[in-house]
This record gives sequence, C-alpha cells and structure tokens, in this order.
Amino acid sequence: MRTIADLKIGELAIIKAFQKVDLSLKLLEMGCLPGVEVMLDFVAPFGDPLGIQVNGYCLAMRREEAATVFVEDSI
Amino acid sequence: MGNFPSVTVEKKSGPLTLDDKTEAIVIDLPGLYSLYPKALDERVVIDILANPQHRDYPDVVVVVADASNLKRNMLLFTQVADLGLPVVLALNMLDVARDKNLQINAVKLAMKLGVAVVRINARVGEGLTNLKSAIVQTLENPVTHRNYYFNPADQFPELIEEVKKNNQLSNNYLALQYVQQHDIFSFFSTEKRVAFDKLIEKYGFMESGFQAAETMHRYAVIDGLVKDSVKTIADFLVKPPWTKRLDAVLLHPFWGYAVFLFVLFIIFQAVFTLATYPMDMIDAGVSSLNDWLNQQLPAGALTNLLTDGLVAGIGGVVIFIPQIAFLFLLVALLEETGYMARVMVIMDKLMRKFGLNGKSVVPLISGVACAVPAIMSARGIGNRKERLLTILVTPLMSCSARLPIFTILIALVVPATSVFGFFTLQGLTLMGLYLLGLISALLSAWAIKGIVKSSETGYFVMEMPTYKVPRWYHVGLAVWDSVKSFVTEAGKIIVAISIILWVLATYGPGDSIARAEETVQKSNPALQGTDFENAVAAYKLENSYAGHFGKFIEPAIAPLGYDWKIGIALLASFAAREVFVGTMSTIYSIGSVADEDNHTIKARMRSEINPKTGQPMYTPALAFSLLIFYVFAMMCMSTIATVYRETHGWKWPIIQLVYMTVLAYGLAFLTYQVLK
Repeated sequence: MRTIADLKIGELAIIKAFQKVDLSLKLLEMGCLPGVEVMLDFVAPFGDPLGIQVNGYCLAMRREEAATVFVEDSI
Repeated sequence: MGNFPSVTVEKKSGPLTLDDKTEAIVIDLPGLYSLYPKALDERVVIDILANPQHRDYPDVVVVVADASNLKRNMLLFTQVADLGLPVVLALNMLDVARDKNLQINAVKLAMKLGVAVVRINARVGEGLTNLKSAIVQTLENPVTHRNYYFNPADQFPELIEEVKKNNQLSNNYLALQYVQQHDIFSFFSTEKRVAFDKLIEKYGFMESGFQAAETMHRYAVIDGLVKDSVKTIADFLVKPPWTKRLDAVLLHPFWGYAVFLFVLFIIFQAVFTLATYPMDMIDAGVSSLNDWLNQQLPAGALTNLLTDGLVAGIGGVVIFIPQIAFLFLLVALLEETGYMARVMVIMDKLMRKFGLNGKSVVPLISGVACAVPAIMSARGIGNRKERLLTILVTPLMSCSARLPIFTILIALVVPATSVFGFFTLQGLTLMGLYLLGLISALLSAWAIKGIVKSSETGYFVMEMPTYKVPRWYHVGLAVWDSVKSFVTEAGKIIVAISIILWVLATYGPGDSIARAEETVQKSNPALQGTDFENAVAAYKLENSYAGHFGKFIEPAIAPLGYDWKIGIALLASFAAREVFVGTMSTIYSIGSVADEDNHTIKARMRSEINPKTGQPMYTPALAFSLLIFYVFAMMCMSTIATVYRETHGWKWPIIQLVYMTVLAYGLAFLTYQVLK
C-alpha cells in the first residue's frame, strides 16, 4: 500500500487511512482527512523531512511520519 | 457489465481466481445504461438480476463505469444497488478522464456509496488485483441494509406491499421491477403476468411515467453523490509563486545551508557589533546615575548599598537588554517571514542525530543572547524528550554575559594580528569559543539522549507558512516578551544576588574592614588620592566574606591555575557572569569604574605576578583555562531557576548543574595542565 513517503514530487494522491492512531489525530486536526487530496511539494536535503500541499497550504513532516499515511493515487 | 465500445452482446462467462481460497465464475453481461432494456439483448440482465433462482444469479455484481462520464454511468449502479445485490464499482477509462482534466476521488466516492470503488484500466489490465480483493472483501462482508437511492414505496406503498406479500419479496425495488418488467421476465408464467396487469389497473400505476420519474429522481441523487468526488484538477494544490521560488533556493541542498549560515553571520554581527552602541550608552548612564547619587546622598553604608549594590546590579541587567532585544528581533523577523520554518526543515535531520529536533534551532540560536528566554522558547517542541534535551544543552551556547569575560581574557593573551586580511586572531578565537559552545551542546545532547527515557514519539508535523512581509506588531510583541522574561525572571535574581554579593564583598569578619584605611596607610604610607582609595578597596575586598571564601576554595581551583582573587570573581559571577569583570577590577585595585577598552584592567592584569612562579599571572594557559571554564560552567542562577520552572522540578536543573560543572572543571583543568 502506498504512503505519502512513496510519492514523487508533484505527484497527486488521496489520503485513504492512517497506520498510527495518535499521529492520525494530529493530522486530522490539520485537515488531513481520508478523501482529501494531497500533492508532494518538496523533499528536504538528505531526504527528510518532506512537505505536502493539502487544503491550500503546505505541511511538513518527517519521512517516518509520512510513511504512516496510506494514500491512493489520484487519477 | 459495461457500456464501452467493446460491448458484450451476449452473456459470456469464465472462471477466475480471485485469491488463494476463492474461485469465481465471472459472467460478463451486456453493457447498458439502466435495468430497463432498450433492446432485446439487454433483457437478459434484468432477467438474471431479478431472479435469485437463476443459475447465473450473482453473489457480487461489478458495475464497470466509464470514469469520464461518471454520472451517466451511475444510474445503473444505483439500480443494481437498490436491488439489494452486493456491488463493487469499478472506475474504468481513467486516462480518458485525465485527458478531460477530471480528477476522481475514488476514496470519497467509496465513502459516500458505502461500497468498494476500484480504479481499473481494462484496456491495459491495470487495477485487476485491487478489483479482485475488492470482490473478495465484498463477498466476505456483503452490505445488506442500505438506504434506497429510489424507494418506490414512497409513491405506491400499497402496491409495493401487495407485490412483496404475494411474491415473498423483501426488497421494494425488486417489487417495483416485478411490476414494471413483468412481461419480460422469462421466469414468469402467463398467469402471473396477467395478475400484474390487474394490479397495475387496480392502483392506477402509469408504467412509463413512473419510469421517467424514477430516472429523474436517480439523477438528482447521483448529482449530490458525485459532486464532491469529481473535480477539475485542483489548482489550489499548487504553491503561490513567490513561495515556490524562494523555497527552491532556501530548501536547496547547497544554497539552503549557505543562506542559513549567512543569516547566522548577520545575526551575530548585529548582536555583537550594533548592540554595543546602546550598551555603551546604558553603561555611561548607569555610571552618571551612580555619580549623581553619590553626590546627592550622604556617604555611608546605605548609599553604597544603593549605588554599588542595587543600581549597579540593575545596571548589570539593563546593559544586556540591547543584545537580547536585537537577537530576538532578528529571530522574530525570521519567524514572521516564514523563513524559520525552512530552517527547521533543513536542520531537522541533523538535529535528530543528536537527539534534538529541527525546532531546537530557535532555542540554540537564542541562547547566544540569553539562555532564559531561549529555554522558554523550547516550549514549541512537542516531543518531551527532544524538548528536555534542548533545555539541558542550550546553556552551553555562550550567552551575552560571557562576552565581556571572553573579550578581556582574549585581549590579554591573544595578539591582535590579522589573519586573511579582515579576520583577526582575536576575532577567530572568539568565534572558536562560540563554536566550542555549539559543538559541546550537540555532543552533550548526543551523550544524554541514551540516558533519558522516552515513552512517546513526538511529531515534527508543522505548517510551512507562505512567505510574507512580517507583521511588525507581532515582531514587537515577540521582542517585548523575551526582554520582559529576561528582565523579570533573570533580572530579579541577578539583582538579588548582586546585593547579597555586595554585602559579602563589603563586610567581613572581625574588624579588619573597619580598620582597612589604617592598615593600608601603615603598609603603604606613600599612597595618595585615588591610588590610596583603590588600595583600600582591594584590602577591604580581600578581607571580606567573599575574600575569605576565595581563599577557602583556592586549593580546589589551584589545579586550574586560579588563585583566590579569581576565586572571588568566580563566586561573584555566579549571580551573573558579567560581574566577573567588575569584580576583577575591584580586586586589582583599579576601582569599579567601567572601562570600555579595559585598558586599565588589562594592564593591571598583565602586570600581575604569580607569587609562586614569579612569572606573569595571566599566562595563556590560565586565560584559556578560564575561558574554557566559562564556556561550560553553569554559573547563572537565573538559568537554573528557569530550568526548574520549565521542567517542573529540581531533578533536571540539578543534573544540569552537576554535568556542566564537571565539564567546566574537568576541561579547564585539562586546558591549564596541557598549556602551561
């Protein structure tokens, strides 16, 4: 199952589910709900953290955090 | 069942392995738009789906829809679902949809419909594995009670009830289909068909009219369902242009760090150079105030307490406000513009190696001004362990108070030669000391991180704001907050301890203080005027409680190369490190007048002879030993108090005090022994 960490820059995807409950609460609060579209915006030097565009703003998170968010390809 | 070019004209079937334990027969039914057949060949569909006894009656129906025309294709889906059959929706021809710039949110659609929605590209065979698992899933958990997309019982309750009763049906829509298509069903006998004709007459049911109404109703429902799930490719996912451009540079593997280093350089330049102007002004102001007070008030102990104790103590706090204000101004600016978030991102991976967090950069940078507001700013770090480590190591970042000490000691033993044109050896040494602070902070964090238990993992998840012009009001607030915390938290303690130390330095056991003038006069009859006063001051200091304390600890600090005079200064600087220089001035009998270039104090210290060796006291070994000591020593009560407050207990401040003192003592000892 693909996660946000597997996306390429510019790739669109839709959030499907979360692997970790406590982290999911934080992400839900920030508007990352199942069914919401995201796009990978940048990857920091050394590959970590990365940033996604979601709900009109940019959200940064560590690669290990991104790997807990399952996504489905958009289109 | 599909409605695309390669339409099946008759029923075709074949076996299919769904997974390890499930084999299925797939029946490919002709494509059509609705269950009401428009042509003869389409009849077979409703014939099968309405008859559970039919040998081809399915366990699961996969409705294949053309994603580029989703709404139209949903009509059939709602009908099949209404029949109570387990359904899976397969979205096909997504490449065509993409060409039309449509974006379909399969997840949202699945949530709305309550069934599995799978994306496939039948042409190239994509998505079949997902489809198989969706089918298996649906087989295992068939959705039973679903609301009707269209409930015929709303319009014709008695008709539907009667049909259901007569035919032992539980599904309203199936009942309607019995009514609507009774002539088509191959499994109806002629009598049955006639019976339905009679029912239709009885209830005045208009077949075509009702079918039209059903279709329109379904489309209305579909509209609502599909609305949120089909969109044109979202532009809002793209960053605003300026933010995009700046991030390309500021998050760049090389330029990102280059810019950050440059920014740091600017900060330090501003803090150390620009701040000196207001600092000098404050210095002069405090001196004039003291002079004025001394003139206005009668000479005596209370006046001295006021001028040398209280006013000097307050002056010692106020003089650092420019540096602190400057640094926090710049940090606040960086945060307001949005740049600081980028710094945290590019530093996070590196920081994590030491058990810290990308967000730790703010406290660490701020610690160069003053550890008190810096430690408070660590509140932004969510992870308990990372925050604790940040708090524990931030005081190792050499704060403003250490600067006067560094400056004078460096000036004493490091020659003012230029290196590479515009660097001076002294400047480089100073930079080296700050770097030492930083490196030791990182290494200490690394060493401690194994010891601290951590139950939860914190998160880095953080919004990256778009770049914007700073809101000056917020910047002002941030500066005000940090200055205020410094003045009220640190300031209170510094002033209090200054007064205590003043008492300790002014009063002593016995009457040697009272008879100071006498004693000095006797041993140095030649001294006059200021020199005499200074000598008296030095004698008084030597015989005060502070002086006795200095002599008391001399054996302990001798291995570091210090004598009792330095011991006094060490004690005094425990209130606030900056007091060190003033105390040294007093000890060396030049009075406590602040001297900008430290000419006098420097000269005096240079000429000081070590009684044991007969050599100059302030050798490079001693100076560096002192410097190293001050880099590491936790000599600030205010910091201890702040750590106590921020960690809610004495455990960590005490651990911090111990480890830093050990570091300071040990490394200063090493330095002295190696260099001497």
